[in-house]
Amino acid sequence: MQIKSLIAALAISTAMTLPAFAKTVTFTTHMAQYGGPGAYIALYVTDAKGSLAGTVWMAGGKTRYYRHLTDWSRLTGGGNVDVSAVTGASVGSGQTATVSVDMADALFDAGYTVHLDAAAQEMRESPNEVAVPLTTAGNGKTSLGHNYIADFSYKF
Amino acid sequence: MLRKFHRWPALIAAVFLILLALSGTLLSVFPALERGMMPLAKGGQSVAELATLAMAAHPGLEQIRRAPSGKITVWWFEGNTPGSAVFDPTIGKDMGSADPNAIEQWLINFHRSLFLDDTGRIVMAVAAAAMLILAVTGSVLVARRVGGWRNWFVRQKGPFAARFHTEIARLAVPVLILSGITALWMTAVNFDLVPNDEANPAFPQAVSGQTGFAPAQIPTLRATAVTDLRDLTFPADSADVYTLTTGAGTGYIDQGTGAQLSFAVSGPWTRIYEWIYLLHTGQGAYLWGLVLGLIMLSVPILAVTGMLSWLKGRGHGFRGAVGAHAAQIVILVGSEGGTTWGFAATLARALVATGQSVHLASLSSLTPERYKNARQLVVMTATWGDGAAPTSAKGALEKLSSPTVPMTVLGFGDSSFAHFCAFADTFAQRARALGWQMLIPTDHINRQSAQDFNRWGRAFGLAIGRTLDLNHQPVAPRALSLVLTTRRDYGEAVQAPAAILRFDIPQVSLWHRIIGRGFGRFQAGDLLGILPQGSSTPRYYSLASSSADGFLEIAIRKYPGGLCSGQLIDLQQGDLAMGFLRRNPDFHPDPTAAPLILIGAGTGIGPLAGFIRQNRAKRPIHLWFGARHPDADLFYGPDLADWTKAGRLTALHTAFSRHGRKIYVQDALRENADTLRGLIAAGAKIMVCGGRDMASGVRDALGDILAPLTATDLKLQGRYVEDVY
Repeated sequence: MQIKSLIAALAISTAMTLPAFAKTVTFTTHMAQYGGPGAYIALYVTDAKGSLAGTVWMAGGKTRYYRHLTDWSRLTGGGNVDVSAVTGASVGSGQTATVSVDMADALFDAGYTVHLDAAAQEMRESPNEVAVPLTTAGNGKTSLGHNYIADFSYKF
Repeated sequence: MLRKFHRWPALIAAVFLILLALSGTLLSVFPALERGMMPLAKGGQSVAELATLAMAAHPGLEQIRRAPSGKITVWWFEGNTPGSAVFDPTIGKDMGSADPNAIEQWLINFHRSLFLDDTGRIVMAVAAAAMLILAVTGSVLVARRVGGWRNWFVRQKGPFAARFHTEIARLAVPVLILSGITALWMTAVNFDLVPNDEANPAFPQAVSGQTGFAPAQIPTLRATAVTDLRDLTFPADSADVYTLTTGAGTGYIDQGTGAQLSFAVSGPWTRIYEWIYLLHTGQGAYLWGLVLGLIMLSVPILAVTGMLSWLKGRGHGFRGAVGAHAAQIVILVGSEGGTTWGFAATLARALVATGQSVHLASLSSLTPERYKNARQLVVMTATWGDGAAPTSAKGALEKLSSPTVPMTVLGFGDSSFAHFCAFADTFAQRARALGWQMLIPTDHINRQSAQDFNRWGRAFGLAIGRTLDLNHQPVAPRALSLVLTTRRDYGEAVQAPAAILRFDIPQVSLWHRIIGRGFGRFQAGDLLGILPQGSSTPRYYSLASSSADGFLEIAIRKYPGGLCSGQLIDLQQGDLAMGFLRRNPDFHPDPTAAPLILIGAGTGIGPLAGFIRQNRAKRPIHLWFGARHPDADLFYGPDLADWTKAGRLTALHTAFSRHGRKIYVQDALRENADTLRGLIAAGAKIMVCGGRDMASGVRDALGDILAPLTATDLKLQGRYVEDVY
């Protein structure tokens, strides 16, 4: 179980954090019983053109392994961004991770998508395992993963 | 000083090192198990062929990965279900689950981090660093003890635990160092302390957007051998590419055209890491892994034997010592076998009883400026060999600095040896030369004499204004019962009864051997201490056998009025004597193949006969043997003939003092002057055993024969040793 409160999500571009019209969004990830060591996860947001808008959360602290979060790694030009402020521990099989971030209202219903990449040592790479649009209607809705992630939801 | 750097890391890290080593040994089995169960790709198989086989088996193939061990794992996605398997590249079929082995995972986690993530990794890295320090300091200690790195593999002497410790360590040390360095390197990589130059090319700006080019036709995959493959990831959608990682680097391949879009080369740090990983884990070199695991078992053995010899080396029977700064009287001990410690402890106890505070330490620890409260410095030391410092006094002469307090030196030794108390005298001389004031003249204690010691104690007490009654009861050596199995009698014809006595080696339990009781391994030339009935002072006899012979053998002559020799000569088969072993490493043949000149007279033939008996390598041995009469005391007569026939003895020269030409052994030497000169020119070593007069006669004769070379010159070159009584 992880709880991480990020008042200022540093890795997220300024367009995403407009404190005047912001709400606290809680992302919940239930891990599947994938039966391996702690998984690395990247939780990030892309804009309508598919470019990276910001990284919300990284599970796993060794940057050397970030290349296995394939899609995120490509979007960041080989992981070439500092995500230390939003980084927590890797998440084990069957665990639940929760992360809360203040996000600008403008990000909702504007073509943004939330993605999760996952990987674990000696196991498969699972880029884009979950991809859900960031919408007001999506509040509290559960999406299923297929390798490491059992299901994922965001709530505000 | 170096000892401390060996001991303290060991004591602190011992538990972690044992855990590391045992888990490492268990882990070392997995690469071999994996190798045993897994067929390897045929030589020359290309990644294109492998990919085709895997796609045929799994249409939804996503990724192929080859582990350093050669194990190939495939991952696919079919319908809504992810799948994975270990893949047999020879027949193109799944051959088992790809799920990580739970036991192996548990062990890996334990081995590298004790399940404590980064904290645990740091703890284990510190333990690995301790192992490195131990391996290095231990090696230097061994090299120092055996007299240089050249003698690294020289046979070890001393108590079982310490000897076992050294013998195992010198074999294991290179591997322990390698294992420690690779462990630290891997930790450094994990903490990003080593540059990460793993190829990570930028994703191509544009792809063809087409799909369906068969992997079998992709030139890059056709040109890459499976043995060089690390990973091949298949495109997930039409905008994606093939990602190929090999030993050289990582590249992208267009799925519509088969063209290589980019390739980035991995840097040297990545190559180094792959080698380090192989060397540390044995993944990809399973035989090496097994060797590594086996050698790692030395760590718990080293920990236990090291601890035992440390415990044995401490504790000298005196408690209540104070620190060097605080003590009024500082007693420093130079001891080889430990007996001098006993005397020092007696003195320390007597001084404490008179209200003095005492610091008791080895003479090697000498640091005059630390003795801030001292009024007296007492040095009690034995001598090693020809006047050298005994073990616990190593380096003391060099550490003597400008004088502080009055000093008293007391030497311990055996007056029948030429260099009686020579080190004590040298030490005292050097101290005086540096301006140290001697409280009382340097005195000598002969053969652990309690009377000598008591007399010295009164003199010392008088000088410091206390009454000292030193009542030293030497700790009797732990003697064991020896059963006489055979005796061969000599000497009746010359009214000088003599005999060769053979005893069984007493059997002791392994535990007693480990803690240094019992006889352990011994060689001819070592000494058998016999405790005669009615006396607590042992007499020493040179052994004519080694443990490999399976018995204890000594040659003895009855001395008129001799207590011990009288009792021994009266022993009958099955009778018991009380004996113990004392090592005499100076009187063993060196391990080279140079010719040996053995010179002995009377019972002095004993150890020489032992050397010849063990000469299975047929090293050239020339024996000059002096006896009284061929019918009286030609010890080992028939054996010498047999050994000559068997090639163990090259030449035998006898000299009889009461028969025929009536000559002594030194006369026989002169008669063979040419032979001797030739042997010496060929690098021969000389070993002499017998009475003192005979030995000095031999020295003179050799001086004449080899002029201008003298016996002393040869001794300095380490080519001349004596065992004289």
